[in-house]
Amino acid sequence: MAKLPKPQELMQTIDFRPPKTDWRNLKVELREGMYCHPAKKKDLEAVDYPYIREWSPKDEDWKLPADWKEQVLEAIRERLIRFRSFHVFMDICVRCGACADKCHFFLGSGDPNNMPVLRAELMRSIYRRYFTPSGKILGSIAGARELTPEIIKEWWYYFYQCTECRRCSLYCPYGIDTAEVTIIAREILNLLGLQLGWIAGPVANCYWKGNHLGLEPHTIKSNIEFMLDDIENITGIRIEPSFNRKGAEILFITPSGDLFGVPGVYTCMGYLMLFHEIGLDYTWSTYASEGGNFGFFTSMEMAKRLTYKIYSEAKRLGVKWILGGECGHMWRIWNQYLPTFWEPPDNLQVPVSPITGTRFEHARYSKLVHVVEFTADLIKHGKLNLDTSRTDHLVVTWHDSCNTSRGMGIFEEPRFVIKNVVKNFYEMPDNTIRERTFCCGSGSGLNASENMELRMRGGFPRAMAVKHVNEKYGVNVLANMCAIDRAALQPLMDYWVPGVTVMGVHELVGNALVMKGEKERTLDMRGEPLPGKEAKEE
Amino acid sequence: MPSIEFQGKQIEVDEDGYLVNLNDWSKELAEYMAGKDGITLTDAHWEIINFLRDYYQKYQIAPMIKILVKEVGKVMGPDKGNTKYLYQLFPDGPAKQACRYAGLPKPTGCV
Repeated sequence: MAKLPKPQELMQTIDFRPPKTDWRNLKVELREGMYCHPAKKKDLEAVDYPYIREWSPKDEDWKLPADWKEQVLEAIRERLIRFRSFHVFMDICVRCGACADKCHFFLGSGDPNNMPVLRAELMRSIYRRYFTPSGKILGSIAGARELTPEIIKEWWYYFYQCTECRRCSLYCPYGIDTAEVTIIAREILNLLGLQLGWIAGPVANCYWKGNHLGLEPHTIKSNIEFMLDDIENITGIRIEPSFNRKGAEILFITPSGDLFGVPGVYTCMGYLMLFHEIGLDYTWSTYASEGGNFGFFTSMEMAKRLTYKIYSEAKRLGVKWILGGECGHMWRIWNQYLPTFWEPPDNLQVPVSPITGTRFEHARYSKLVHVVEFTADLIKHGKLNLDTSRTDHLVVTWHDSCNTSRGMGIFEEPRFVIKNVVKNFYEMPDNTIRERTFCCGSGSGLNASENMELRMRGGFPRAMAVKHVNEKYGVNVLANMCAIDRAALQPLMDYWVPGVTVMGVHELVGNALVMKGEKERTLDMRGEPLPGKEAKEE
Repeated sequence: MPSIEFQGKQIEVDEDGYLVNLNDWSKELAEYMAGKDGITLTDAHWEIINFLRDYYQKYQIAPMIKILVKEVGKVMGPDKGNTKYLYQLFPDGPAKQACRYAGLPKPTGCV
C-alpha cells in the first residue's frame, strides 16, 4: 500500500501553477494512494456486471472488451437522449472558471484535471469529436479529442477523484452539475468492467445479504444486543427493541455502518435510547437492513435494484411510514429517486409523529422521514428532557453533509437539535457551511484505505475550516449526520486536526437525554467517564 | 492476482495480502505471515486470532472492534480490554492485521 505522506509534506506538493503543456497533452500518471483497488470478480459476478476479468490499474493493457469504443460511444449516445440535462451540460459550458477553485480535490491537489470545468472537459472533448459537427470537422481546434484507451484510463482516474458533492454546480452561472457528468462517466466505466472494489463489495453484499457490510440477520441482532449491554451499563436501563415485527407503526432503517463501526455505533445507541424513551412503536428489519446505496455509484439501474426491499419490507410488515437514520447519500436517493423508482405501497400513510402529532407534509409522497427532522420536532414540542451539563466539556461544530444540505436543504434541523443538547456550539466560516459546505473528501464510494492520500487531499479544505474553529474557539467535536462522514472524518481529523472527535447527532442526543428511571450518569456514550460526573470513590 | 509462496505452494491473496480462500489458512501460514512483518506470534496473539476465527464462523464477518475489545477484557483481564493493548500486539491495527493473520477477508470499513 502506498505510504501516506506527512501533512506538511503533502501540503508542500499542492501547486496551483498551471502546467507548461496544453492539458490535452498531459499524459495521465496513475499514482498509488490516489485510486482504489479494482473490483473483485466474485463481487461483480454476484450482480451480473459486464466484462468481469482480472486487471490492475498498473497494467499497460486494461483488457478492454474488443468493441469498447463502440460501446462507449453508444453509451454516451443513449444518455444524451435519456438525460436532457447531460446533453445541455455537454454544450453550454463557457469555461468561465467560476468552478475551478471550488472543488475540494483541486484545492487539495492543484491537479488541473480536478478543476470541475476540466473534469467535465474530459468527457466533453469526446462528445464534441463524435457528436457535434464542428468537432467532427475541426477536431482539436474545436476542442475535440479522439477516443483512445488512454482516455479511458484518464476517465477512470479522474471520475473517481470526484465525490459527486455538487459544490461546483452551486457556483456555476449556468448551473452545470458536474456530478451528473461524473455519474454518467462512472456508468460507462462500469459497462467496461472497470468497477472499484470498495464499491462493488458493498453492492454485492447489499444485494445478497441486505446491507453493505454483509451483516447476516443474527449478526445484526447480536451487534444491537451488544449496544444494549453498553446502554444498560451507562444508564441502568435495559432496552428491548423489536426486529421484523409485523404491525409496528414505523419501520426504522439506517446505514449499516451504524450497526458495526465506531463511531457509528454510538449514534445507533442514541437512536435506541431515544426511541425507547419516547415509547416509539417501531421495528428494525434484518431484511431491509441498509439505508445507504452504493449501487448509486455504479448505475441508476443498480441503485433502483437495491432500493426495492425498502418499500417491500414496509408493505410486508404493514407499517404506516418509514423513519431513516443519519445518512447522506441515502437521503439523496430516498428524497430524489426512491418514490420514482418504486410506487410506495398502499399501507403507507403521510408520516405523522405519534408523539407530537406533527404531519411531515414534505414526506407525503415518499413516506420517508429523516431521524434528525423527527428529533428536532420532538425537541421543538418540549417532549425531551435534556441535560446539557453532561456535554459541557464538548465544543461542537457542524459539518453539513453534501447530500443532506446541498442536495436537500436540511440546514436548520440538525443545528436546532445540537444547540439543544450542547451548550458550546460554533459555526465554521460561512463559505464552508450550509449549501457551500465542503465535502469530507471520501464520499461516493471513495472511503477505502488504499486511496488515503486522495482522501486526505480531498478533505483538506473541510479540515482547514475545522482547524480554524479549533484554534479560535477550542472546538473539539465535529458533528455530522452521515455514515460516510462518521467513518471518513475521524481519520481526516487525526491527520489534519488531531484532538477533534467525530460524532453523529444522536450520540450527542443520547448523552444529554434524561431517561425515565435511569441511574445517575457517570459515563458518556462511549463508556468514558463524564468530566465532573465521575463515579465517587466508595 | 498476487500470491505468497508458502511450503512450496502459491497461495492467492488480495492486493493487501488477505487470503482469497479461507481454506488456505493454517497456523503455520499465520506464523509465516506475521514473521514477514517481524512479529512472533505469542499466546496473546493467538487468543485474538482464534477468537476472530471463531467469530467469523458464527457471523460470517469480523467482529466490530468493540466486541473484540470486550472479549479480550473478559479472557485476558480488564486491564487488557482496551484498544491500546490490541495495538501493542498488532501495530497496524487489530482489525486489519489480526484479521489478515487469521485468514479472514479484509474488513470492510463503514459504508
